[in-house]
Amino acid sequence: MPLSAYLTLAAILFSIGLFGVITRRNTVGILLGVELMLNAVNINLVAFSRFHDTEVGMVFTLFAICITVAEVALGLALVILIFRSRKTAIADHVDWLKG
Amino acid sequence: MMNDPIALVLLAVLAPMAAFLLIAVVFPLRRAGRPAAMVSILAVLTSLVSAIRAWQLAGSVPEPIRAIWDWLPSEHGAFATVGVLIDPQSTLMLILVTLVATLVQIYSLEYLHTEPPAALGRYYAYQSLFVFSMMGVVIAPNLLQLFICWELVGVCSYLLIGFWYRKPEAARAALKAFWTTKAGDVGLLIGIVLIYRLAGTFDLLELRQIIESHGLDVTGLGLITFCLYLGAMGKSAQFPLHVWLPDAMEGPTPVSALIHAATMVTAGVYLLVRTDFLFAQTPDVLALVAWVGGITALMAAILACVQTDIKRVLAYSTVSQLGYMMTAIGAGFAGAGFLHLLTHGVFKALLFLGAGAVIHAVHSNEMKDMGGLFRKLPQVGIVFIIGTLSLAGVPLFAGFASKEEVLGATLAGGFMGPFLMLLTAAFLTAFYMFRVVFVVFFGPPKAGAGHGHAANHAANHAANHAANHADDHGDDHGKVHHSGGDPGFLMAGPLWTLALIALAIGGYFTLNHPESEFVLPGWLTPVAVLVALGGILLAFLTYERQAVSADALASAFGPIRRAALAKFWVDDLFEAMYRRLLLGLARVIGWTDRYIVDGVLNVISAWTLDGGDALRRIQTGRVGDYIFALAAGLLVLMFWMGGSF
Repeated sequence: MPLSAYLTLAAILFSIGLFGVITRRNTVGILLGVELMLNAVNINLVAFSRFHDTEVGMVFTLFAICITVAEVALGLALVILIFRSRKTAIADHVDWLKG
Repeated sequence: MMNDPIALVLLAVLAPMAAFLLIAVVFPLRRAGRPAAMVSILAVLTSLVSAIRAWQLAGSVPEPIRAIWDWLPSEHGAFATVGVLIDPQSTLMLILVTLVATLVQIYSLEYLHTEPPAALGRYYAYQSLFVFSMMGVVIAPNLLQLFICWELVGVCSYLLIGFWYRKPEAARAALKAFWTTKAGDVGLLIGIVLIYRLAGTFDLLELRQIIESHGLDVTGLGLITFCLYLGAMGKSAQFPLHVWLPDAMEGPTPVSALIHAATMVTAGVYLLVRTDFLFAQTPDVLALVAWVGGITALMAAILACVQTDIKRVLAYSTVSQLGYMMTAIGAGFAGAGFLHLLTHGVFKALLFLGAGAVIHAVHSNEMKDMGGLFRKLPQVGIVFIIGTLSLAGVPLFAGFASKEEVLGATLAGGFMGPFLMLLTAAFLTAFYMFRVVFVVFFGPPKAGAGHGHAANHAANHAANHAANHADDHGDDHGKVHHSGGDPGFLMAGPLWTLALIALAIGGYFTLNHPESEFVLPGWLTPVAVLVALGGILLAFLTYERQAVSADALASAFGPIRRAALAKFWVDDLFEAMYRRLLLGLARVIGWTDRYIVDGVLNVISAWTLDGGDALRRIQTGRVGDYIFALAAGLLVLMFWMGGSF
């Protein structure tokens, strides 16, 4: 399969994730969207690593996965904290920054 | 030392300055009052003696003596110098200034005996500074030093006219004097700057050399001399800037004597005498000087006829006499003007000090409160009449020769209009001065006059002296005997000195007629004397014999009299100018500031506020919107950058 197939897959995945982030009202759903976007990037990295015949992309992907794990942990912790204080998990209700 | 004119003149100038600094800095001395007065009088006496000696020395050298020191250095020679310029003219003027100042200061000791000591100390500090500044003007070898001292003179006159600063009229009069003369001073400053641009020097002697060697382009000189004349116009109370001088009567009478005789008003005439070589190049400006002088002399003489305040009569007579001097200078004969300046200085000081003695005895400035005072104040009466005869220009008295010189100079200069004005003014001068004499000294005694301390004390004295002094006045009366009688030695001494000098000058000049630069026509002397005697006769018939009714006389000159009572609307004109022009301009500027300058700023700030308010709405606070904007922005960036990939 050509490289473009992998990149197209990653782009579709990224767009789905972005769509989810923008449209989902549930905070956990947004986090899931972010995960999708990150994984789309990972697919890109792995595909480039494979087609350029280097290991750097794979190593980078490993790091990305680790950081994603930490990020999800942190994100969920935030969601829980917000839920405790605001009694909601809906992102639209958390609008303290509204001008 | 005693034979070095430079050292003598420096001593004369710096002694009052030292006295001023001493009195001003050592405040226990100032608070003590009379000791401060002694310091001041001693200093001015020193000046008088040195000035007389310097005059003797200066007369023996043909060339002017000049000593200058660098003041503001610059790359090529000093930009500005200070120093002294000694010639017969300046030393003679020095003598006049110091003589009048000395006598005025001695006189003030008694005249102001009711002042609290601190006020007296302040008075003498101002007096010393005044004398110093005037001498600075007199001996100035360059225009820059002259201008600085000129301004100092203005400040001192402001301080002394407003000496009783708690009296609102005095404070107003002081301000009026300051601002009016300042209006002229602006012209003087511009003139001096223009001279420097044209000739590259401030120095009077160098300027004279440049002019005499025709090294100067005279096309721009007319503007310069006109600017200089503006300064002299303000200081020497020429129409229309004469309005401050009558109001300056709010100051103590000795101050009026000083201002009118020796310092302040003479400065303007002296400036024109000093720069006559410049004016000689600009006949147009000289003609203006002559005409304005004639108008001033006539107008002030008319005004003097309708005054009821004895000091105001004298004030307008000063304005009138200044007009005489200016006319002579304008006719091209500065010497005649200068001579009249000197003689006028002596007899006007005499008249003012005499009027002060009358006011001191009667406690009122108004002539209706005076009458038959010759019997109560015989000495004052005699010296006042000597002064009046001098002012009227009667032979054997001081003003005779100089007034005739002025008339002759005007005629010789070919100014027929101003000459006729001056002749009319001479008639009026004799008339209004003898009106004062007959009303004050010979008319029927007025009730309460002379011994009016009990009855008129509260009203008149409060008007005369500052109101806050009325309380302690009663205690002082035991010590000083002036109720109803002649003044004490301190006041009589200066009066007699001035009277004798006036007589001596008058006698000398009547016998040895001053050498003229022009030919006096033979008919001038009889005409001038007849005019003066005619004025005296009219006053005698009107106010002594009552053969001519004063009311009939007034109604005969109805329109002129009404105009004179309104001061020829000059004051009103200034006020209208102030109200219409200045306040109108202020209103326009205020409107511009409020609605244009502020308006633009307000509109900009309102737009900013509205814009911020509108933009605020895109901050929804919803995470989704932010991310959408982020992604959209990223896409735009990518398409934008797409070309460069």
